[in-house]
Amino acid sequence: MLSNAFTKEAFDEAMFILSTEIPLAVWETVYVTILSTLFAIIIGLPLGVLLVVGEKNGILPLPNVFMRILGGFINLLRSIPFLILMILVFPLTRAIVGTTVGTVASIVPLVIAAFPFIARLVESSLRELDPNIIEAARSMGASPFQIIVKVMIPESIPSLISNATIAITTILGYSAMSGIIGGGGLGKIAITYGYYRYKYLVMVVAVVLLVIIVEIFQRIGTKFAIKSDKRLKNQ
Amino acid sequence: MIEIVNLSKRFIGADDEVHALRNVNITIPNGSIYGIIGMSGAGKSTLVRCINMLERPTEGTVLIDGVDVGALSEKDLRDMRKKVTMIFQSFNLLMQRTCLKNVCFPLELVGIKKSEAKKRAMELLEIVGLLDKANAYPAQLSGGQQQRVAIARALATDPKVLLCDEATSALDPKTTHSILELIQDINRTLGITCIVITHQMSVIERICSRVAILENGSVVEEGEVSDIFSHPKSAAARHLVFPDGDPEVLAIREGEHRIRVVFNGAIATERPLIAQLAKDKGIEASILGANTKSIGEKAYGNMLLGIMGGKEDMIIAKEYLESVEDVIVEEVFEDAQ
Ligand SMILES: Nc1ncnc2c1ncn2[C@@H]1O[C@H](COP(=O)(O)OP(=O)(O)OP(=O)(O)O)[C@@H](O)[C@H]1O
Ligand SMILES: [Mg+2]
Repeated sequence: MLSNAFTKEAFDEAMFILSTEIPLAVWETVYVTILSTLFAIIIGLPLGVLLVVGEKNGILPLPNVFMRILGGFINLLRSIPFLILMILVFPLTRAIVGTTVGTVASIVPLVIAAFPFIARLVESSLRELDPNIIEAARSMGASPFQIIVKVMIPESIPSLISNATIAITTILGYSAMSGIIGGGGLGKIAITYGYYRYKYLVMVVAVVLLVIIVEIFQRIGTKFAIKSDKRLKNQ
Repeated sequence: MIEIVNLSKRFIGADDEVHALRNVNITIPNGSIYGIIGMSGAGKSTLVRCINMLERPTEGTVLIDGVDVGALSEKDLRDMRKKVTMIFQSFNLLMQRTCLKNVCFPLELVGIKKSEAKKRAMELLEIVGLLDKANAYPAQLSGGQQQRVAIARALATDPKVLLCDEATSALDPKTTHSILELIQDINRTLGITCIVITHQMSVIERICSRVAILENGSVVEEGEVSDIFSHPKSAAARHLVFPDGDPEVLAIREGEHRIRVVFNGAIATERPLIAQLAKDKGIEASILGANTKSIGEKAYGNMLLGIMGGKEDMIIAKEYLESVEDVIVEEVFEDAQ
């Protein structure tokens, strides 16, 4: 099977498919990933903040019951395998987008899968912060809201950017998986040509492109994380 | 005036209870520099954090100019904290903001216009001598410079009280000295009451007028710094005045008189002074104990001298030594031991 993946005809055919479909697929993959990450951050960031500030010793203690439900809910969503989650959220996807197939529709399950993950990443970033700095802000009469928006988040920016990079590369992987149930992008190309129609060359190219996109996201993220960190001297 | 009345604090853990403060009573006059000293774990930080209610006392009250701060609403408490500010051992600057933006921070909290806040922050940076570092980030500054920025930040909201929790403990002696001078300056020129927490007697000696000695959560001795230096009553106070052991355990011999010489930034050191005393006045004094340091050209600390040869010689020696600037001399009696 693999032996005829590299014949002249296979090569020509692959080049044709690639030249017609790849540019759109790359674009779809990138925008689905970025949009899903953005929406997931919009939901996940406040939840991550709540996980930290709402604790018993936090700056805005919330009822224990609420914290337990929040934690349990996040853990529950995180433990459902992505493939199953995609199917489970079909009704929600249909309600929001109007359909369950297509590139736009794949954003809904991606956001649902990613925001609990992002909430935990935000939680871990905020926990790295030196508690003495929060104490200093309290001693200056800062309100809990002021501490969150003027101290906790700005002081955690480098760590938040690093974690956002982890999130975006993970979401990219999920978005490729969503090709199975009708999502677009490189994942769809890899599955439809490689898995269903044995055009391995196309699949390999699609995978290589995914690797390259991950690499690019990672480098940009790392660069920004380092650049934003004013704790590093001599810049 | 800050009145701490019957203050107690217990931390209840999973299976133990820490009695961090036990019935503390202290009155701190406005405009003074008041020291609180004690060993690690004595409860100093807990005490100072009860003053601005970062920690809620288990029992007792704190009155600042007659206002019971424990009874304030959250909102009023936050306003109070703008007038009772704090500096810390670890400086606690915002690391992702420039020095200027750090000093602006408390002004932002009260909603002062950006341009005005910046102007005020520049004035404060000038007061602490760091105008040239306005746009530097804290990580680019030395510890002493970071503490100066923290002081500027603490002054931004025109406080009437400055709480200093081990503000110099992370600094070398020379930097410690300059920060203490700054605190003293602030106290004199702005009339801000300063409460100085430390575990170093030298800090107390240098800038405080009164001191409370905290041991195991209780105040074991309280009073004028000079009194405590010349007549330390409690074991804790003696330990602080003579960290290398108490020389006064030796009984005073027949015909011996003892004096304690306190160097408070004197341009003199102990040995030449004793030699000079022998040469000029013919009085031999033996050093029974000394705990002095020199910082730059100046000496700080104290020593205990034994003088044989009767009361007259002791009085001559006392007057001779007292004529040196920044030296205080006191006779030590057996009952004070
Ligand atoms: N949040 C807390 N929970 C439980 N115990 C505490 C807490 N804070 C302080 N303690 C205990 O209270 C006692 C006094 O602590 P505190 O920090 O006030 O001491 P300190 O005099 O400031 O010491 P140091 O010089 O080391 O800073 C210690 O035994 C400490 O373990
Ligand atoms: Mg302490």
